[in-house]
Amino acid sequence: MLTQRIIPCLDIRDGRVVKGVRFQGLRDAGDPAELAQSYEQQGADELVVLDVSATREGRAAALHTIEDIRRVLGIPLTVGGGVRTLDDALALLAAGADKVGVNTAAVERPLILTELADRVGRQCVVLSVDAAANGEGQPGWCVVTHAGTQRLDLDAVLWAEQGQSLGAGEILLTSWDRDGTLSGFDTALLREVCRSVRIPVVASGGADSAAHMHEAFEAGASAVLAASIFHDGRHTVASIKQELAGQGVEVRR
Amino acid sequence: MPREVAIIDTSVANNASVRALFERLGLQARLTCDVEDAIEADALVLPGVGAFGAGMGLLDECGLREPIRERVAQGRPTLCVCLGLQMLFEQSEESPGVTGLGVCAGGVTEFPNSVVRPQFGWNLVPAGAADDGGYAYFANTYRVTQAPEGWDVSWSEHGGRFVAAMRRGGVLACQFHPELSGAYGAKLVDSWLRTAEVGTPC
Repeated sequence: MLTQRIIPCLDIRDGRVVKGVRFQGLRDAGDPAELAQSYEQQGADELVVLDVSATREGRAAALHTIEDIRRVLGIPLTVGGGVRTLDDALALLAAGADKVGVNTAAVERPLILTELADRVGRQCVVLSVDAAANGEGQPGWCVVTHAGTQRLDLDAVLWAEQGQSLGAGEILLTSWDRDGTLSGFDTALLREVCRSVRIPVVASGGADSAAHMHEAFEAGASAVLAASIFHDGRHTVASIKQELAGQGVEVRR
Repeated sequence: MPREVAIIDTSVANNASVRALFERLGLQARLTCDVEDAIEADALVLPGVGAFGAGMGLLDECGLREPIRERVAQGRPTLCVCLGLQMLFEQSEESPGVTGLGVCAGGVTEFPNSVVRPQFGWNLVPAGAADDGGYAYFANTYRVTQAPEGWDVSWSEHGGRFVAAMRRGGVLACQFHPELSGAYGAKLVDSWLRTAEVGTPC
């Protein structure tokens, strides 16, 4: 039986990890390859790296970082952030990514998903959907871009469904309302998206405990993404998995 | 144990991960599309990501269909990964009309509607064709459900049983990705390298 996946996420800028990370026993807590290896040893099922570089030089540095991580990492690696063109995606795959996350570029030109899937197979194509509740008495969620500052007239659930038909092999679904709040995943959003697509959905935004992750799996998620919960050293992937297993969730241990 | 491994260059996706695994195991790894390499290499890897039709198209373009077919039939050290396993069969629902290597009888079919597709993630592989057994990483939409004759098979479950790994002589074929299966995958490939040379030709 397929197990539920726990996926730590590293944000890198100019080739360095940018979010505060406090691990014991690391010579340099900001070294992406060392962190990646440490997460694999803890039992991470995959790793996501988001490149938040703002410059061309920064993105070039990210390619070297991906190569460094690949050399030591024996689990799947998804890279997202800053993928604007088909060539950007192919360069990341050549550097060692196993999957590429496409976000704004797909919103602006949905066919990039199809082109990428035709070229490398849909199992390499992840559609990142950033969603926020419509609010103001309106039900549902809209897609947001540019770090949540732009709300689009695009329904997040329909967009995920459309992404699946266009060629995405997985949805990375981030609740912009919950991201960074540590108040748990938006399970209503998750449930709607998981009901609408057949491809796996990775839940992101709001995780602070094994209980939150359990809720996401019950809502239909195949995997959960978490950053700060692991970075600040309160939990390890192993301790979270142990708790989840105690709650009856199937995890790889 | 071979010191060098030749990896068929599919020019898509998982080349970097496959190469990195062999380098971590202390081998020289090189990408190739050369017919001589495919025949002569001490150890050959047929990786595969992408569609069945595209994969077979690439082998035909490089003239590799017969050399690989023969190599596998003789049980010489060959590791087939994911699509690499599927290409050993006669055809696939993924690309109707395309002829596979046909080393094994039968075809490749899609997972049923009742389960999440693609199968993405870690699934249990029991002991058997793939050594001691453990959790391995899968990323596939299609799979083989009938046992190929003359091969040792390890079965996994996802909407019914399917072939997770199969072994005959020096040939190991995995539906999962050993290069992405952490310590389990590394141990499996290491043990394949150590035993492949003495594998009985079929």
